[in-house]
Amino acid sequence: MRRIRDEWRRLRGIGRRADVDARFDEEVRFHVDQQTEKNERAGMPPAEARREALAMFGGVAGAKDQARAEARPAWIDGTLRDLRHGIRGLRRTPVFTMLAVLTIAVGIGATTAVFTVLNAVLLRPLPYRDADRLVEVTHRAPGLDLPGGVVNLATTQLVSYREHNTTFEAIGLWTRFNVTVTGDGPPEQIRCLQVTHDTLQALDVVPASGRPFTPADEAPGSPDTILLAHGFSQRRFGGDPSIVGRTILIDSRPRQVVGVMPQDFRFLADEVDVLLPLQVDRSQLRLGGFNLRGVARLKPGVTIAAANADVARMIPGWLQAWPAPAGVSHAVFESARFTPDLRPLKEALVGDIGDVLWVVMGAVAVVLLIGCANVANLLLVRGEGRQQELAIRSALGAARGRLARALVIESLVLSLAGGLCGLLLAAAGVRGLVAYAADLLPRAHDIAIDPVALIFTLAVSVGSGLLFGLMSVVRRGRPDIVRDLAGAGGRTASQGRDRRRARHTLVVVQVSLATVLLVASGLMTRTFVALSHVDPGFTSPETLQLVRVTIPGAQVAEPERVLQMQRDIQARMAAVPGVASVAFASSGPLQRAGSGDPVEFEHRTYGEGQVPPIRLFKFIAPGYFQTIGARVIAGRDIDWSDLQADRPVAVVVESLAREAWGSPAAALGGRLREYPSSPWREVVGVVADIRDQGLHVPAPSTVYFPVLARNFGGSPVRIARSVAFVLRTERAGTETLLADLREVLGAINGNVPLAEPRTVAELHDGYLAQTSVTLMLLGVAGGMALLLSLIGIYGVLSHAAALRTREIGIRAALGARRASLRVMFVRDGLRLSLAGVIAGLAIALVLTRYMTALLFGVGAVDPMTYVVVAVVLTAAAALASYVPAHRATSVNPVEVLRAP
Amino acid sequence: MAKERGDVLQGTLDMLVLKALELEPMHGLGITERIGQWSERLLQVGQGTLYPALYRLERQGLITSAWKVTANNRRARYYALTRAGRKQLADELVQWRRMSRAVNLVLDVTK
Repeated sequence: MRRIRDEWRRLRGIGRRADVDARFDEEVRFHVDQQTEKNERAGMPPAEARREALAMFGGVAGAKDQARAEARPAWIDGTLRDLRHGIRGLRRTPVFTMLAVLTIAVGIGATTAVFTVLNAVLLRPLPYRDADRLVEVTHRAPGLDLPGGVVNLATTQLVSYREHNTTFEAIGLWTRFNVTVTGDGPPEQIRCLQVTHDTLQALDVVPASGRPFTPADEAPGSPDTILLAHGFSQRRFGGDPSIVGRTILIDSRPRQVVGVMPQDFRFLADEVDVLLPLQVDRSQLRLGGFNLRGVARLKPGVTIAAANADVARMIPGWLQAWPAPAGVSHAVFESARFTPDLRPLKEALVGDIGDVLWVVMGAVAVVLLIGCANVANLLLVRGEGRQQELAIRSALGAARGRLARALVIESLVLSLAGGLCGLLLAAAGVRGLVAYAADLLPRAHDIAIDPVALIFTLAVSVGSGLLFGLMSVVRRGRPDIVRDLAGAGGRTASQGRDRRRARHTLVVVQVSLATVLLVASGLMTRTFVALSHVDPGFTSPETLQLVRVTIPGAQVAEPERVLQMQRDIQARMAAVPGVASVAFASSGPLQRAGSGDPVEFEHRTYGEGQVPPIRLFKFIAPGYFQTIGARVIAGRDIDWSDLQADRPVAVVVESLAREAWGSPAAALGGRLREYPSSPWREVVGVVADIRDQGLHVPAPSTVYFPVLARNFGGSPVRIARSVAFVLRTERAGTETLLADLREVLGAINGNVPLAEPRTVAELHDGYLAQTSVTLMLLGVAGGMALLLSLIGIYGVLSHAAALRTREIGIRAALGARRASLRVMFVRDGLRLSLAGVIAGLAIALVLTRYMTALLFGVGAVDPMTYVVVAVVLTAAAALASYVPAHRATSVNPVEVLRAP
Repeated sequence: MAKERGDVLQGTLDMLVLKALELEPMHGLGITERIGQWSERLLQVGQGTLYPALYRLERQGLITSAWKVTANNRRARYYALTRAGRKQLADELVQWRRMSRAVNLVLDVTK
């Protein structure tokens, strides 16, 4: 600590230069005066006394210089002087300064904006204590034919792992769904998070008031409890603290509020409204039901590999500990070969957006580099004008290092000024980015310029300044002082050859970088086009309105009454003006919902312990396919007579029909069942594939069952209580339509809210959103890169032309035609840009490989894109070369020759 | 050769300045006079060389300075040893004695 203080004092010196000078003067004055007095007392006459005193002192000026040097390290003064000179020099050439600062500002602004988003979404840890110890608990089951490959957690696994693990501090389950809250206000569908008591423990979050869930809340038969989120309790109950202890109605069941969560609580960056305890009834648990998510906190120092090993150790014990569901044998689960696959919790949150962000980050970094190259070019040009000044300084004794320092300081001034402006741009840019891509970005509300971003901006500014500063210094080479002092820069062709080569190299680099970016943009464009042309399996998504209606068991108990209510709603909705047709189903197209369950085909045999393929189940009412415009390519839809007669029927999609029976026609009359004790269900129709999980993911292999089914999945009757109503109407998406629908619903049952209203077009665009956002950002970056590169080409050729004005004049006077002169220049420009394009295409071939995750319908090495980009860039470069060529050759040769 | 002598001179001068301030604070001229009593040779390079040394020592934190008024009612800058300075002086004396003992031993041997 003392050392640091000493160093600081040493650095700071004993005062400012002016102060030190004043102090030295006064001290010396005193010294010499006193010595003079002594000499006088010794008998010398005054004049001689003073002379003698001065002689004894020695050289005052020399002493003053030395004293100054001792008072403060020399380099501080030198740097400050360079700084002042640099700023003055920049103010003398305002156009250059503004251009340079602007170019840097744009580059740094874009880079900082993207980095801020990247940091907030990808790099920053989750807002829980020691968040890097949080993992998501999933399994893989290679023995199962499972789309997607990842198996979620079952309650039986939680109980087993909870008791026998050695590597977890806490492990819990969670699942999210919507519930309805009634009473104390209008019915509202709200977001619910259902957890076991150790989930919040694992996250290390406690309620702000009241108490957390305890194992008692999970025990079957215990009173129903609920935790409220801060936002919800403010919204619905005005933040009334006495809400704790009161009872509220959830899905028409009363629950006691035991606590309110803190204001900043978010679950995996999403807000929830209420938390319910997950009830665990050990006596009822069976193997199966892998539909919950698991989160665990590892003990300190435990790696994921170690935790995986621990879980793997527990799996055989788990398999033995629990009975299999009725009619299913244990062997089925054993043959699935469960293996643990723990992943950091942040991965679960971030998903694919990481790829997009890194690609965009690369793109803006490229733009920044191109901008730096432009500024370096500008500096080189400017440097030419200062050759004489530098030669004089060098002749007067300035070391090369000092000259270099002066130039680097000037570059740093430029880059820091640019960085400051860039920061302002970035602040606006971040807001714009977040607003534009809000749906894509998790943790969107957390994204803002923060200290990390500020440090990043500073680092990038200093780095860029050093980069183009050194680029323009390295080229100095050994200045030939004699030549520089004499000439006023550049009458001979050989002078400045180094500089010209440097500028040409910079331009080639710029063009190649721009090529890479444009290729990336081109690939994204084709991806976007391909995705928008995917046949989703339904028609006119903009005229399809979706709303969700959930009828809880507490309100209407009998399944048949639920179905009747749903049919009532359907009929009344159909009567709303503008509605062409209405249907309902467990979920609508592109809603990414449905359960994955095994399907047994009658004509296939399954060995003991072999699990039939897992397929997506959806439950539909008759008329669904017709309403959404899906094509029934064989057989027929389910109809109401099937439901009334309780016939076990099903409809399958084309891909499943082909897979199981070979062709849609052969599938008709085939039979399948979803549960060993269920009756065989007859396939009555085959429908063309309908996209569900997104546009770039193939349509899932789906089986459609009637919305009310008997003997289903081991229970006597199964009814879909939560259904999505699908309406074909021109008024889709309008508030007036929604108001009409709410009225309809209110007339039938005042306690059931209308939830999740959206059009299928919104979902469709949502899936396109990732691609369109990436495309937009890459396109903007590519456009900027192209513009900057063209400016670079234009600049180089203009300058070259200006230097060669005399030569042009001579040639013209000797009879050369203007056209051939222009061709000469354009050829130079084309040579440069072709070199850049070829280099760029080569780099693109290597780099676009990293983009394949984002592409659809087009390969990373797509010939058409590459060719188009090459042609466009070359043409633009030719144009950029032609303009200065035209100007240069329009000179009057007589004037040129006459000019000095 | 002259440079070497200058460095040795500089180091020695610093030590003498610290020694001069050991008893009480004083201004530049006073230090000059006290050193002058001990070594005339150093003063041959001029009294002015004292001031760079004083500034250097102050920057290193071995002495401090402050304006004070003399008996004659004139303003002068007085220098005083800091605790670090005292320690440095003690260390340097030990070094010096050790070195001169070694030199003496060598000289005695060759004699």
